[in-house]
Amino acid sequence: MEKFEKLQGIAAPMPLVNIDTDMIIPKVFLKSIKRTGFGANLFDEMRFNRDGTEIPDFVLNKPQYRDAEILVAGDNFGCGSSREHAPWAIADFGIKCVVSTSFADIFFNNCFKNGILPVVLPQEQVDLLMKDAEKGANARMTVDLEAQEITTSDGDVIPFEVDAFKKHCLLNGLDDIGLTMEKADAIDTFEAQASAARPWA
Amino acid sequence: MSPKTLYDKIWDAHVAHEADDGTCLLYIDRHLVHEVTSPQAFEGLRMNGRSVRAPEKTIAVPDHNVPTTMGREDVTQMTEDSRIQVAALDTNAKEFGIHYYPMNDVRQGIVHIVGPEQGWTLPGMTVVCGDSHTATHGAFGALAHGIGTSEVEHVLATQTLIQKKSKNMKVEITGKLKPGVTAKDITLAVIGETGTAGGTGYVIEYCGEAIRDLSMEGRMTVCNMAIEGGARAGLIAPDETTYAYCKGRAHAPKGGAWEQAVEYWKTLFTDEGAHFDKVVTLKGEDIQPVVTWGTSPEDVLPITGVVPSPEDFEGGKVEAARRSLDYMGLTPGQKLTDIEIDTVFIGSCTNGRIEDFRAVAEVVKGKKIKDGMRAMIVPGSGLVRAQAEEEGLADIFREAGFEWRLAGCSMCLAMNPDQLSEGERCAATSNRNFEGRQGYKGRTHLVSPAMAAAAALTGKLTDIRELM
Repeated sequence: MEKFEKLQGIAAPMPLVNIDTDMIIPKVFLKSIKRTGFGANLFDEMRFNRDGTEIPDFVLNKPQYRDAEILVAGDNFGCGSSREHAPWAIADFGIKCVVSTSFADIFFNNCFKNGILPVVLPQEQVDLLMKDAEKGANARMTVDLEAQEITTSDGDVIPFEVDAFKKHCLLNGLDDIGLTMEKADAIDTFEAQASAARPWA
Repeated sequence: MSPKTLYDKIWDAHVAHEADDGTCLLYIDRHLVHEVTSPQAFEGLRMNGRSVRAPEKTIAVPDHNVPTTMGREDVTQMTEDSRIQVAALDTNAKEFGIHYYPMNDVRQGIVHIVGPEQGWTLPGMTVVCGDSHTATHGAFGALAHGIGTSEVEHVLATQTLIQKKSKNMKVEITGKLKPGVTAKDITLAVIGETGTAGGTGYVIEYCGEAIRDLSMEGRMTVCNMAIEGGARAGLIAPDETTYAYCKGRAHAPKGGAWEQAVEYWKTLFTDEGAHFDKVVTLKGEDIQPVVTWGTSPEDVLPITGVVPSPEDFEGGKVEAARRSLDYMGLTPGQKLTDIEIDTVFIGSCTNGRIEDFRAVAEVVKGKKIKDGMRAMIVPGSGLVRAQAEEEGLADIFREAGFEWRLAGCSMCLAMNPDQLSEGERCAATSNRNFEGRQGYKGRTHLVSPAMAAAAALTGKLTDIRELM
């Protein structure tokens, strides 16, 4: 997995609440058996007309946001299905950090497996970042995972919380299957005990 | 010992390792797999030279892509990419030696219907699947939730998940339901109350008399939509109804092992005085048949209501409501029962079980669906289909004018040929009314099976109580 340390980039504002995984990547694009190439269809139905032409009003189609690496979004971002194609599409497009007041649980976990940092902040601070993002391409934000801080284009510093283990994995780009396999003895022991206590399972 | 919730008990019984910061390795008893979210995970195993740690606990079935029309053994019914995805599951199941129900096996169906039906899902287990509606299995008092593809790979390789414990939430439905009100109305009414993020960070335990009174089918419907309320999982404590459902199923324990299992299952309840971080209580008698008007499952109203106005909401929901109304082509103040429907979809992991179909048959028996209506009933599994045939339900459906399909996810997510066209409006028994969910620019109203049946007859969203 790609490391996430410090990111300075353009932030795109998406104030809509309940942006669901069907919006992020519609199901017609879930038929690939690969992990790559989904960025072209990120937010497909919001971003493109049926004939493939761009919808100019959509934020990521505006010239100032085409290279956005940060998304500032409304409440409950990523609700809906468990499809990891959603964070795959986001990462493939080039977005590495999403800020919201809340995320759906599965989507939130999926982000960390793909080098994306989801940041949860209170409403007032999301509002502040949303305003900053609305300034366009000149308003570059800085997201510093090590320091757990977002700095706005005006120099306002907003601290954020992140789970220590998830932070460690993201900073170092660690594959957590490898980490878990180092604990194989504990799993073996548990499995033996559980199979004695609950043989039907 | 301090009193524990049902969730606490199942969690504690499955922690294989706990780090100092509380990050746990949670042992997984059952891993269900389907064709859409697994190919990249199997590919990951292959690339790293890893095997499936517990193939005997891993069960796969294709459901999302499969056509539901007769003669689907003819693979040209599938698009090329769907065919490749299903073929990849065939190959992966064989190569990694996991249990498999191929498309033309009578036991094939929607993964969340097949698991319980075959006795793979049992009380007190941990169950995961690369699908958010894994919450369904919580009806058995199993801790069950959806995971992403990286986590699918993690479970395949290690039979564990890296997890931190969620908080406990209690949703109590007191008293009795009124006639015409079903498990679907309960679960939608709860989401209407809590919102789609109301359960975020929690595992919900559903309890109360109205929940106890539900069949296993009804309980599965309730837990299925826990995810739509944002919860990691939904749970219902096992009881005699649960044991009766499980007994004799293909993979349920037999003989002495059954007795031993039931004895253990009887310990799976929330202790008196256990702490819940959040409590929501609804009176069963207050719940009415409901319908969604918007593009989020929280957009719920009693069928007797009217389409709301964006100004009825606050904050970010104002703009969301405006967008929803525009997408849905609805006008504030319009009576919900005046909304005309052109498509009815009955099925899905929410409402594709035998009891759902009995409820539909009761409404449509001896009647005809509205002229021009496209109405399909899609069983959740081949075995549900066979049972409905045997009970004579299929004949009732055909005579009423419904298409009677083969098992699969069908129009719930429309990854297969079953889709809404632009502007079509559907009364659906499925679980999501998101933009584009059932087809590009398709419009979805979520309802119970009985309400969907009523809409098929009248051509409008209809209060089922008026047909009773």
